[in-house]
Amino acid sequence: MHMLFHAIGIPLAIPRLSGQTNFFSICCQCALVCLLLQLPWAHAQQRLLPLDKLQSGLAFTGPEILDLQGDDFANPGLPYMDKGSKLWRQIAGKSDKSCQSCHGELNSMKGVATRYPSIDKASGRLFNLEDRIRNCRQTRQKASEWPLESEELLAVTLYVTSASNGMPIKVSIEGKAKSHFEAGQHIFTKRQGQMNLACTQCHDQRYGSKLFTDKLSQGQPNAYPAYRIEWQRLASLERRLRFCYTGVKADIPPWGHEDMRDISLYLMWRAQGLNIEVPSVRK
Amino acid sequence: MSTARLQLPARIVEGDVFKLRLLVQHPMDSGFLRDLDGVLIKRNVIRHLQCILNDKEVFRVEPTTGTSANPLFEFYLRATKSGELYFRWVDDKGYIGELRQKLVIEPTNQSKAAKP
Repeated sequence: MHMLFHAIGIPLAIPRLSGQTNFFSICCQCALVCLLLQLPWAHAQQRLLPLDKLQSGLAFTGPEILDLQGDDFANPGLPYMDKGSKLWRQIAGKSDKSCQSCHGELNSMKGVATRYPSIDKASGRLFNLEDRIRNCRQTRQKASEWPLESEELLAVTLYVTSASNGMPIKVSIEGKAKSHFEAGQHIFTKRQGQMNLACTQCHDQRYGSKLFTDKLSQGQPNAYPAYRIEWQRLASLERRLRFCYTGVKADIPPWGHEDMRDISLYLMWRAQGLNIEVPSVRK
Repeated sequence: MSTARLQLPARIVEGDVFKLRLLVQHPMDSGFLRDLDGVLIKRNVIRHLQCILNDKEVFRVEPTTGTSANPLFEFYLRATKSGELYFRWVDDKGYIGELRQKLVIEPTNQSKAAKP
């Protein structure tokens, strides 16, 4: 590479690449990455990101975002909290009940958000918190459907999640959830899209380095639903994941697809012990 | 539909310059963005927002498409007289949002002493 650049008279823009030893080490790294990605998953419990290295996405945002999230007045997630609280108490549907009628006050929801996604006993499907709320609203409240990513659904999800604020994440990957976990792990470590990248390459191996102007985060799910500055509204983890698919130019599964729930489960397992922090702000 | 939150200092003494923070919940759709189904979202921004204190306009802003969703307005006033703060804003759809807040200003120690 060194020779080639000089032969065609292009000065090397990146001095790091100019040394023979550095070039060699980069080759080694690439080989290592390839090796890592080829490894069969002998143990499902093997962690690519050790538990003591976990960092919330907040560690990778700038001071402005930190300030905004810490501001008890200006945090843009707070109006959604108010809305969620209102909807929690609002009677809806043929059942003539509100969420509060059955579940009581918010503290009954303590720790719930740390356990999702989990298997729904009735249907056997993997539900994230949004699915659970939608399901409850339709089958028990017998009220009109809240579409995915609708403001109402996100507000109530945020409100319910806030009951677990500061509690460590702990999802179950036993029993029926196991196959979902494995599927999620497979997607996370599989190269995809035109960029031919796997989630793990950025979020396990290169977090902290720069992607354009922003720092790469570990891709932790502990702050969702989060207010995203770029979208100017509250967004679910599913929407954020879809955006990652756009980033690597891969085919995005349809809304509500099982794949997204599988990755969510894997991410939550990967973030085990990290505290839930809402209402949060992300770039 | 559109609600707002106002933050004032806990205690305002006459003569103080104090900060007001107003957070209006509004989508501020610029008219350039599409929704998740790819349909263009019609422009809907706050056109005009004013703050009236004791029948006198003390602050006015005319936001445009460049202002973010859920805008936060911060401005300063000098405390002279207690009264009622009245915020009013109008958006492209013609929706009028309102917020009323009592403003209590404590007299300074000097003016207290001067009273009797």
